[in-house]
Amino acid sequence: MARAATTTDAYNAVAEPRRREILDALAGGELAVGDLTELLGLAQPQVSKHLRVLREVGLVDVRDDGRRRLYRVNAAPLRAVHAWVGRYERLWNERFDLIDDVLDELTEAEAHTEVEAETGRGD
Amino acid sequence: MATTTKGSAVLTLPSDTEILVTREINAPRHLVWKVLTEPDLIKRWWAGQRGTVTDVTVDLRVGGTWRYVMTADGGFEVAFHGEYRELDAPAGMVQTEVFEGMPDGDSEPSLNYYTLTEQDGRTTMTVRTVVSGKDVRDMIIATGMEGGMQEAYDLLEELAADLASRS
Repeated sequence: MARAATTTDAYNAVAEPRRREILDALAGGELAVGDLTELLGLAQPQVSKHLRVLREVGLVDVRDDGRRRLYRVNAAPLRAVHAWVGRYERLWNERFDLIDDVLDELTEAEAHTEVEAETGRGD
Repeated sequence: MATTTKGSAVLTLPSDTEILVTREINAPRHLVWKVLTEPDLIKRWWAGQRGTVTDVTVDLRVGGTWRYVMTADGGFEVAFHGEYRELDAPAGMVQTEVFEGMPDGDSEPSLNYYTLTEQDGRTTMTVRTVVSGKDVRDMIIATGMEGGMQEAYDLLEELAADLASRS
């Protein structure tokens, strides 16, 4: 599936790994663009571009502090992403745990069959 | 890629309508394939901890259909069905999945891509779910909430927890 050309909502915004890094960095507190370029080792235009996307979907807010513009995370839109992804993750972990149990039995049954087959050949 | 540490499955979001789950399993893939395709075995895992699978029908051929019915712990019945689009035993399959419980009829089908790769007797399983659009994604969210299934597990787990405490 082709990725949408434009970022339209929080899901799309956090699908980009660099933007998640920015959110992670901002989770520690307000930062200016310069702080982010240093922390993430990215060029300033790249950081600005990602911040613009994050602001457009409401994941990041900005305020002026004298000559600096400080960015901070806004949690609300993340909750929907959280809900979607959390449901899948929880469900699949439950399923995998049960699959493990079933496979333990199957592996054991298969080992038995092999032993029997070998014993059979030995007779 | 976004990864998470809760549980042992690794979850990523390739795009805003896709979820990819990856999990290593300590068994050869021909056995994992059985677990994914044989009705008596499907019954034992498909519902997770959310209820009991009461009926499984599987017509394992391309174009064949599957249908699973479960009784959720709240007592209500939930059913899903779909069609096998591609089958490549034991390496993988593609199937559609439709949730039957929507008030205005069935949901748009999601596509589930399963792949199984084996190394040294262990299997890496991936499940990529592609929903047909954001409306379906939003429906899935709503359904999860209705069932009381909202759990505190999330992709951005540390981040979200951290943020919630700040806002």
